[in-house]
Amino acid sequence: MSTAAVQQGTKWWSGGKSPFNASYGKVMMWYFLMSDAFTFGAFLISYGTIRFSVNDWADPNHVFNSFPFAGHANLPLAFVSLMTFILIASSVTMVLAVHEGHNMNRKGVEKYMLLTIVGGIAFLSCQAWEWTHLLTGEHVALLNDGTLSVLPTTVKANPWGAALSHEAVAAALQNTPQSQLASIAATLHHGTEVHNVAAMSNAELIKFIESADLHASQTGPIAFGGYFFGITGFHGFHVFSGVIINIVMYLKTKLGHFDQRGHYEMIEKAGLYWHFVDLVWVFVFLCFYLI
Amino acid sequence: MSAHVSSPEITFHAEHTGGTKKIWRTFWLLSALTIVELVLGLLIYNIHKGENPNQTLVLAFKGMVCILTLAKAYYIVSIFMHLGDEVRNLIMTIIVPLCLFIWFIAAFLWDGDSWKNLRNRYNRTEVKIEHVAPAAKEKGVKD
Repeated sequence: MSTAAVQQGTKWWSGGKSPFNASYGKVMMWYFLMSDAFTFGAFLISYGTIRFSVNDWADPNHVFNSFPFAGHANLPLAFVSLMTFILIASSVTMVLAVHEGHNMNRKGVEKYMLLTIVGGIAFLSCQAWEWTHLLTGEHVALLNDGTLSVLPTTVKANPWGAALSHEAVAAALQNTPQSQLASIAATLHHGTEVHNVAAMSNAELIKFIESADLHASQTGPIAFGGYFFGITGFHGFHVFSGVIINIVMYLKTKLGHFDQRGHYEMIEKAGLYWHFVDLVWVFVFLCFYLI
Repeated sequence: MSAHVSSPEITFHAEHTGGTKKIWRTFWLLSALTIVELVLGLLIYNIHKGENPNQTLVLAFKGMVCILTLAKAYYIVSIFMHLGDEVRNLIMTIIVPLCLFIWFIAAFLWDGDSWKNLRNRYNRTEVKIEHVAPAAKEKGVKD
């Protein structure tokens, strides 16, 4: 550390200089980020507590196994690794922008800020796709009343419990009313055949569904959706506000405000926020997708 | 390097002479750590797919992933956020309060676990679900 030698001889606490050798704004940004770390930490710890308190939790490799335009291919961890690399890459372009700022190179700052903004928007687009995929997903799950129903993943529904045996599915189908059977049948893809499921009788529907080798599961803990959408949503909101901040910084750079001011410290502060967003993602990635 | 008069609060400027080499080295390091994490994640996935998942092995891999995540966090904060270049006083006012997390995580996860154990012992419907789930799981988790 190059600063260590200077620190030895500097009397930081004898007045006349800031003991932190940093501007008020930067110090306060650090303290804001520390408090934000506690907010995110509290959310993730609350999620961990609930997860530890139940016997069965949704298997992330089962829930997050799809990729845009890949149909029903089973690709666990693939999409979320793409999101992670997008965020790491945008963190690097951000730190390069800060570096160019130290060298008072306006063109360099502009270039790297633009790349960082693009990375942030790419990440948000990925998250929008993933949310849409979960919220509109169709999974057959056994409800508490003993019937089968098509469920999406929302804050009120979690179809990611333990898988049901074929006998359990067959038994539950007998209890299921026609409207639910029709919606289950509509999710099954039987080659190119088109069936008018609404007009079919219960027995016909059950025969149709059983011939398609239906996979169904129990419902999982209801808290899963709330924690997943709550925490990734709160993180996504940070990414969104980070993109807005970065756009403002890009425009201010373009207008020459920082050249007039004589320093690019605002880029550093925006950078701190942006890296924090990446830092939080590292933990969200760990808690929701890896373990 | 051009001298910049950013603020009267700043006595000296940290040297930023290293060029961008250090930044790129950190980028490759973070990428490598992420790839190792993904490999461990896929190993956990494959163990879970097997007949009798070895819970100790799964737990060991999960622990390794947690340690790698902490390493990533260290590099992001220290190099990308330049906290490593700040004055020691500033570093301490940020790191010391964060030590609260040690108690925070341990106490709450312990509480969650105890909650589960109490429910499994005293709540019969929960116990029933516990016994049904593993048997049903072996048959059909494919897609």
